[in-house]
Amino acid sequence: MKNYASRITHHLLRIAHYALLLTILFTAISFQFAYAQEDTPTDDEVNEVASQLYCPVCENRPLDTCPTQACHQWRELIRTQLAQGMTEEEIKQYFVDNYGDRVLAEPPRTGLNWLVYILPPAIILLAAILALQKFSGMDKAAENRINYKRDKKRSFIRIY
Amino acid sequence: MSELNQKKSVPLWIQIIVWVCLAGLLVLVASILSKRQQGALKTGDAVPDFSMTLFNGYEFEGKNEIQFSDFSGKIVVLNFWASWCKPCEQEASELQEAYAFYNGDVIFLGADYVDTEPEARTYLKKFQITYPNGPDMGTKISQMFRITGVPETYFIDQQGVVYYVKVGPFISLDEIKNIIEQKLK
Repeated sequence: MKNYASRITHHLLRIAHYALLLTILFTAISFQFAYAQEDTPTDDEVNEVASQLYCPVCENRPLDTCPTQACHQWRELIRTQLAQGMTEEEIKQYFVDNYGDRVLAEPPRTGLNWLVYILPPAIILLAAILALQKFSGMDKAAENRINYKRDKKRSFIRIY
Repeated sequence: MSELNQKKSVPLWIQIIVWVCLAGLLVLVASILSKRQQGALKTGDAVPDFSMTLFNGYEFEGKNEIQFSDFSGKIVVLNFWASWCKPCEQEASELQEAYAFYNGDVIFLGADYVDTEPEARTYLKKFQITYPNGPDMGTKISQMFRITGVPETYFIDQQGVVYYVKVGPFISLDEIKNIIEQKLK
């Protein structure tokens, strides 16, 4: 009987031991999760996204360098959104939905915005073609001038 | 000598393309400039229809989304504001008082211009604003009215025509009432 009681006690102790181990393990995991949630994005991470956006109410001011109270609020909003796990693209889309396309540092490639991407290279290309034509024309003219002078000299010698 | 004077001219088709592109660009710039110089909606301008989703907790006749055309036959006071706008704070209480005074006879609407929701909610709570308010998503409404800043308030008559534009904050409740009374009689 005594042997039976000691076996039960031993069994109960083992269960308690496992229960304690499990409790410690779950507590550790929950602390780890709590720590992850409290991990707030740094200023650099916030500015990385903010630099791709412009202040919706100031003239030509990137959000990362804008000193106004409104811009401070938007940077804090980006920090909150990053902490919530939103990606850069999702944050940028949120800003576009709320404040319009004009907040994007790089305009979306749609409609009239295409002019921004097409016009500068087109103008440079056209200028290069014109310059090339002009220079090749100048070379030819100089060559003609030399030939003309040489021919004139020859004909002068022939006459006299 | 004739060879000397010969200049290699730019092909005609390139010239035509360049001039057409230049003319197109000028027309585009002119249209954008003229649109910008139009300024805000003026007295006598009809207001185009628009919709606005209200902040959570705000509603108009049980609906969370308002349609401007639903207000036909009533005076509408549309106020553009933002939580970061200090002058907006000067008139916030007066607008709420005016809304309470007219008790549904006049429609008061608040359009929150480029703002963050938590700060906007704090602002609304601070000034105990209860009339319908919502964010101006994508600045569509403010672009439609071509507002020049905040606060800016549009008084729209029963026919949907702007009859008064207030740029800047109201100085008193009486100022708001005087403008409304012009059309309420």
